[in-house]
Amino acid sequence: MSLADAFADGPAFVPYLAAGDPDYESSIEYVEALARGGADVIELGLPFSEPIAEGPTIQEAVVRSLEGGMTPSRFFEFVEELDVDVPLVCMTYYNLIYQYGDEEGPRPFVEKSAEVGIEGFVVPDLPAEESGPLREACDEFGLDLVFIVAPTTKGERLERMREQVSGYVYVQARLGTTGARDDVSDQTDESLARLTDWDVPKAVGFGIKTGEHAERIVSAGADGIIVGSALVDIVAAGHENDEPTGAVADRLEAKARELKQGALRGAGEEARVE
Amino acid sequence: MSADSKFGDYGGQYVPEALMPAIEELTDAYERYVLDNEDGFMDEFRDRLRDFGGRPLPLQRADQLSARYDREVYLKREDLLHGGAHKLNNALGQVLLAKYMGKERIIAETGAGQHGTATAMAAAHLDMPCEIYMGKTDIARQRPNVFRMRTNGAEVTPVTAGRGTLKEAISETMRDWATTVEDTHYVIGSVVGPAPFPAMVRDFQAVISEEAREQIQEKAGRLPDAVLACAGGGSNTMGTFAHFVDDEDVGLYAVEAGGSSLSVDEESGVAPNSASLSTGDEGVLHGARTKILQDADGQIMESHSISAGLDYAGVGPELAHLVDTGRVEAVNVDDDAALEAFHRLSQDEGVIPALETAHAFGYLEKNYSELGDVVVVNVSGRGDKDLETVIEETMERDLSIAPDMSVFREVGGGAL
Repeated sequence: MSLADAFADGPAFVPYLAAGDPDYESSIEYVEALARGGADVIELGLPFSEPIAEGPTIQEAVVRSLEGGMTPSRFFEFVEELDVDVPLVCMTYYNLIYQYGDEEGPRPFVEKSAEVGIEGFVVPDLPAEESGPLREACDEFGLDLVFIVAPTTKGERLERMREQVSGYVYVQARLGTTGARDDVSDQTDESLARLTDWDVPKAVGFGIKTGEHAERIVSAGADGIIVGSALVDIVAAGHENDEPTGAVADRLEAKARELKQGALRGAGEEARVE
Repeated sequence: MSADSKFGDYGGQYVPEALMPAIEELTDAYERYVLDNEDGFMDEFRDRLRDFGGRPLPLQRADQLSARYDREVYLKREDLLHGGAHKLNNALGQVLLAKYMGKERIIAETGAGQHGTATAMAAAHLDMPCEIYMGKTDIARQRPNVFRMRTNGAEVTPVTAGRGTLKEAISETMRDWATTVEDTHYVIGSVVGPAPFPAMVRDFQAVISEEAREQIQEKAGRLPDAVLACAGGGSNTMGTFAHFVDDEDVGLYAVEAGGSSLSVDEESGVAPNSASLSTGDEGVLHGARTKILQDADGQIMESHSISAGLDYAGVGPELAHLVDTGRVEAVNVDDDAALEAFHRLSQDEGVIPALETAHAFGYLEKNYSELGDVVVVNVSGRGDKDLETVIEETMERDLSIAPDMSVFREVGGGAL
């Protein structure tokens, strides 16, 4: 299933976890639990040592995963081992993509990603200006390149991204780094309003924590919600309290269900308003 | 000078999308105020460098070293700049630029503390609120500078991630900037980061070579055969080289921190050096494509140097390009040689250099016979900030040149 297809039947729930957090085997179970809980697309983080776009929650997940021995090669094994029926997006930083394989540039990484079944990429430190070689490799292997639109993205830059984006567009709900928040930013509505005529699905992320948040975001016009830190928090708490993997997986599944249901409610409200 | 975002294959703008508009705004401000002197920006910058900073700074003939090496050795005395290091040239330039841009807050990161100190001073001088991010390891080994920042009114925020050095502090400052980008300017402390920072910082630091080039012709009646500068991120290096780059007969030597070894422990992800020009590979770090210390997968390595100011896994993209094209020679000296050179310059010339600077003199000691008749070495900063480190490191070694350390052993302490 392609990324765009995943958004075709109502609002999509797009969870994020760092692959290998806190260890390889548990992480496989956690990702599969998200799929059972209703994920439509899963963003899998391949950890980089300098995650400059991430807040403390995901930064710590990255450290746990790296300390557990996660590498790009292990990441691809991880993806192959997963038993999930939803499209997977690799979220990582450009240096890892650039360095993979013997050949210089992003092509070997994209080729390998396509081989293991990844559908697309989100690369937080690669703005449209620098994305030419990766976009080219994605086109060659039929993968999508998702861009993040920030509240500060305007004018010509917005147009440049519109030309290059595929799969879906990641709408950053607020300025700053990733992290769960207790409220939903008003910036979300303004950001969505700027993208109404884009022909890719619009998924909103940064700060979404509850079913109510999901409902509110979808009712504001989003085609999907992206949730990372609120899920990583569950993994972190399970790790700190030495809980059994199954119990943590159950909680992730329940949280996924809450978020997905919230998104569906948001779509229902929108339908009634229309 | 130009506003190119790329230097050969190096440079560029690899930053989170939220920062791109700020980078565009900064590029525009750099072109207008720095390159075109709009509203007399560069005139004000030079006035303030003179009155607040104390420029121009001398190019001093080093009599003892000249005799020792049997050639003319000149010291460009950036240690005499206000604050005790070349860092003020850039910090003053950027804080002033932020003011011209209408920004309301300054943030910066610092390794050795010199850039943080310079930024705090410039912010106090220009009445801007200022927050400095600094790794916890560096706070512990650079206490006097931390106190100087606080004294100048800056907030100092410890960064506990990773090993708690400059690399982590830069990542943390970028996170702050991503949140506050609309009213905050990030004063990057070296010729690193996304364009236009590498070119802009070079231009602010180029005053070093502008003066040195004129001064050496007055004093020696000719251009030098060699110019030496230590290289961490590369701001004093690029500043010292900038006006000599077109003088192809002048040899330019970027002296990196060889640390305890040039070899790398891939397994533990640690490089026991900070020699990214000499041993690093091309990659993308902190906003630019450049030479970096990384493992085979592209994860950034922890670097090491006796000098906190050189302890960084990357280097400026323009410097990487000049090394690739053969215009600049990347060389390095280890911790021991730097420490010896620290004591030699202190004893022979009465100049106590920063440990960063000492690397350049360590290279001079070992390779003077290849450097020609007239040599200029940039004294990038003074060594007061490093005295605690120097005491500890000297006590661990048997250095014939070191002063008698028994007084410290007797009282059983290393701290000043």
